[in-house]
Amino acid sequence: MKQIIILTVNNKVYEIAVAPNRTLTQVLREDLNLTGTKEGCGIGDCGACAVIMDGRPVNSCLVLAVQANGSDITTIEGIAEREKLHPVQQAFVEHGAIQCGFCTSGMIISAKSLLDKKPKPSELEIREAISGNLCRCTGYQKIVEAIMDASQKMKK
Amino acid sequence: MKQFSVINTRLPRIDAHAKVTGDAQYAADLSMPNMLYGALLQSPFAHAKILNIDISKTKRLVGVKDIITAKEAGLIKYGVSPARYDETLFCDKKVRYIGDEIAAVAAVDIETALEAVSLIKVDYEPLPVILNVFDAIKEGAPAIHDDFPNNICAEVHQEFGNVEEGFKQSDYIRTDKFVNKKQDGAFLEPQACIAVYDLNENLTLYTSTQSPHYVQRTVAMVLNIPIGKIRVVQPYVGGGFGPKAAANSIELSACLLSKRTGRPVKMGFTREQVFLHSRGRHQFYHELTTGVKKDGTIVALKNTCYLDGGAYASFGIATVYYAGSLLGGPYKLANMKYDGYRVYTNKPACGAQRGHGGVVARAAWEQQLDIIAEELGMDPIEFRLKNIMQRGDVTCNDLNMSSLGMRESLEAVRDGSGWVRKKGKLPKGKGIGVACGFFVSGAGYPIYRSETFHSTAMIKLSEDGGTVDLFTAAAEIGQGSDTILSMIAAEALGVRFEDVKIHSGNTDFGVDLGAYSSRQTLMSGHAVKQAAENVKQQVLEVLSKKLNTPLEDMDIKDGLIIFKKGPVDCSSLKASYIKEHRGWAKFPTESQLTFQEAARIAYLEKGVIVGSGAYKPGELGGKYKGAAVGTSPAYGCSAQIVEVTVDMETGEVTVDNMTDAHDCGLAINRMNVEGQMQGSLSMGLGEALFEEVKFDKKGKIENPTLGEYRIPTALDMPNVNTIIIESNEPNGPFGAKEVGEGAIMPTIPAILNAIYDATGVRIKELPVTAERIYHALKEKEKGKE
Ligand code: FES
Ligand code: FES
Repeated sequence: MKQIIILTVNNKVYEIAVAPNRTLTQVLREDLNLTGTKEGCGIGDCGACAVIMDGRPVNSCLVLAVQANGSDITTIEGIAEREKLHPVQQAFVEHGAIQCGFCTSGMIISAKSLLDKKPKPSELEIREAISGNLCRCTGYQKIVEAIMDASQKMKK
Repeated sequence: MKQFSVINTRLPRIDAHAKVTGDAQYAADLSMPNMLYGALLQSPFAHAKILNIDISKTKRLVGVKDIITAKEAGLIKYGVSPARYDETLFCDKKVRYIGDEIAAVAAVDIETALEAVSLIKVDYEPLPVILNVFDAIKEGAPAIHDDFPNNICAEVHQEFGNVEEGFKQSDYIRTDKFVNKKQDGAFLEPQACIAVYDLNENLTLYTSTQSPHYVQRTVAMVLNIPIGKIRVVQPYVGGGFGPKAAANSIELSACLLSKRTGRPVKMGFTREQVFLHSRGRHQFYHELTTGVKKDGTIVALKNTCYLDGGAYASFGIATVYYAGSLLGGPYKLANMKYDGYRVYTNKPACGAQRGHGGVVARAAWEQQLDIIAEELGMDPIEFRLKNIMQRGDVTCNDLNMSSLGMRESLEAVRDGSGWVRKKGKLPKGKGIGVACGFFVSGAGYPIYRSETFHSTAMIKLSEDGGTVDLFTAAAEIGQGSDTILSMIAAEALGVRFEDVKIHSGNTDFGVDLGAYSSRQTLMSGHAVKQAAENVKQQVLEVLSKKLNTPLEDMDIKDGLIIFKKGPVDCSSLKASYIKEHRGWAKFPTESQLTFQEAARIAYLEKGVIVGSGAYKPGELGGKYKGAAVGTSPAYGCSAQIVEVTVDMETGEVTVDNMTDAHDCGLAINRMNVEGQMQGSLSMGLGEALFEEVKFDKKGKIENPTLGEYRIPTALDMPNVNTIIIESNEPNGPFGAKEVGEGAIMPTIPAILNAIYDATGVRIKELPVTAERIYHALKEKEKGKE
């Protein structure tokens, strides 16, 4: 039996009927067409599906949509302010922190959540914050550099 | 004056904005009106006869639109190398690994498709399962493929020089064995696709692939559809590293299901299915015997290798050749003998993966060379430098090092890592190690025998002259080819980077063999450069006529027309452009004649300005059998130094520092080059320390998840001191050559050599788990007592 849930996603309120076994990833991608959130494994191993839920980064493939009822969610599509990229996004562009881009949404979500909590993290703290986000392409170095640079720019 | 305006810089990627905002669409992100969802039925047995397939229950399930098995799909064989087409879309009489495809279903939603598949009833008669190379080649072992009674899928026997003579001249000879484990590509994006067969009988396949061209050919052959009716389109692709370089079962199934139902059909692999489809790194069993003189001169190498290929050939024919040919350099070596055997087993098929065929051979040999250097009392770097090849050298197997910054790379890592200060002086538990390697810059031949061009390109100028549309079938899979090719086009034509709009990864745009064997910068780059030069020529020809100025006296740079012999009066042209310009954006303000104005004038004169380019390698070395694998227009090379800490109690390894110097010819985009180097090292570190696809006794993968199959995280990978060495490759566009695979070659052995330096034990089996080191340390202690 489908259930009606209310989600606030990127500041927009949605009322959606969902089956009890649907994950938040599926609802975001398929019902709301927010395909920026990626699915790399579906079981919580890779971090490609990360979104910010009530202020915390979560792997949306591990959250049932019904559990998310009433929550406030930010996806990668909600990170930029209108046309202006978020400093983390800008830094990813400038530092070459992107290759295939499949991990990028989740990385940026994790990085932004970290900087929201801790504006001036150490390199180790950055590495810990993104250690649940797998990237097969970059070797992480440019991602870490980008996050450090963003943290410096955001402070100013 | 700066030599280049666009290339040799650190421009951000052309797709960066789309990727940081979530706008970039990958195959799984696409959907179509009226779309059906497909699912596969795969074998639960590693080796079994199929007695009967009963689809009656499935047919009755509401929402099922089509079911296909070997009966519907036919039994046309396909694969990668035409000499070893050994797969059919669906199994007919038997299954050969857990995951072998038996049927596919299309239904109104994915849940129904999955249920439908579960209702298909298959009767199997299990056969003995072969999971090991050496069991497979035993007398009397059951044949996995009837055509290959001894389970040997391919064998290679080559000798260059005279190895026996070489050993006679040697003062010191040693033999070592080395083995790795099956590695998975572990790209983040599981394969997905949508096939659309329309009313005009045209088929479009959107798919996550490294080679739209090879997929197009395979679909045409297996489904018997004319090539011209098939368009393969590549959306953004989330990594490939080799396994996505050939057609797969969901691509073929989706096409057939769409053709039969007349509706778009979407299919995708789960992560577990990615592991089952596999086509990643083989398991290699190497035995190497090397002979050297007292003074450190390497004289001869004998290499025997058995490859565990899994159930089908895939890229394996090339792999078994590469496992020999890629030891021909980068050291001078007059005598080399190679015997390679690729063997079928009841496991998922192995194929190409970053550093194709050469990574494990390289690991084995570079570790052995380290042992030899020590026995001879030589510094490992001095020993390597003594034997090193340089530009212009040709290997004994006829690979021509038309440029080779190997010495420069090795010296750069020595100086950049503090080697002299550290080697032999680190405390127990800390170690430093070095290794070298090289790789092709594009396979010299296509995988099917043909005189085909390897890459074509087309450039069209917009009617207002302001935009350069570049069309190529080259495949952007994350490595950055869209950026690199756009930069090459801009540089060659003389316009700004932002004026180029690239359209890639689509078979309608031409022929390009795709993203494998590190070929696109060199090969697609050549084709693009040629197309740009052709367009430039056409524009300048019109100008030459209009301005009555010899063509040779003009050039285009940074979007402006240059008159080499001093100013030419262009006012009439400018005036006519302005007349033409009514209503358009961006009124021209420059006093100089711009490219945009010139291109508009050229259009008015000739119609749409279109230029094309096409590339295939010139004459390559090697007349012997198998010379097609390893010969390339150019070779990139890399040297690395790694520092590790080993916990002497537990055997746990931490990689502390990595220094990598890579010769990529001219670096088109320095940021991308660094990214390729760092990514290569990360994959090498994973294979060295933890990656292993594990099987149970029945041939089932025990760890088909990214949690249990561990790849490096941000906490495993150190920062890399990345040094770019630029030789000028005569066969590369603007002097450029590969970086994507050469950089992985030295990683594993550099780590192994560092582990030895830290612990005094040599590990000859990958991955180097803590357990393995712990046991080796215990053995060593016992030996001492
Ligand atoms: S898709 Fe959610 S963690 Fe991998
Ligand atoms: S950029 Fe490809 S997985 Fe991170």
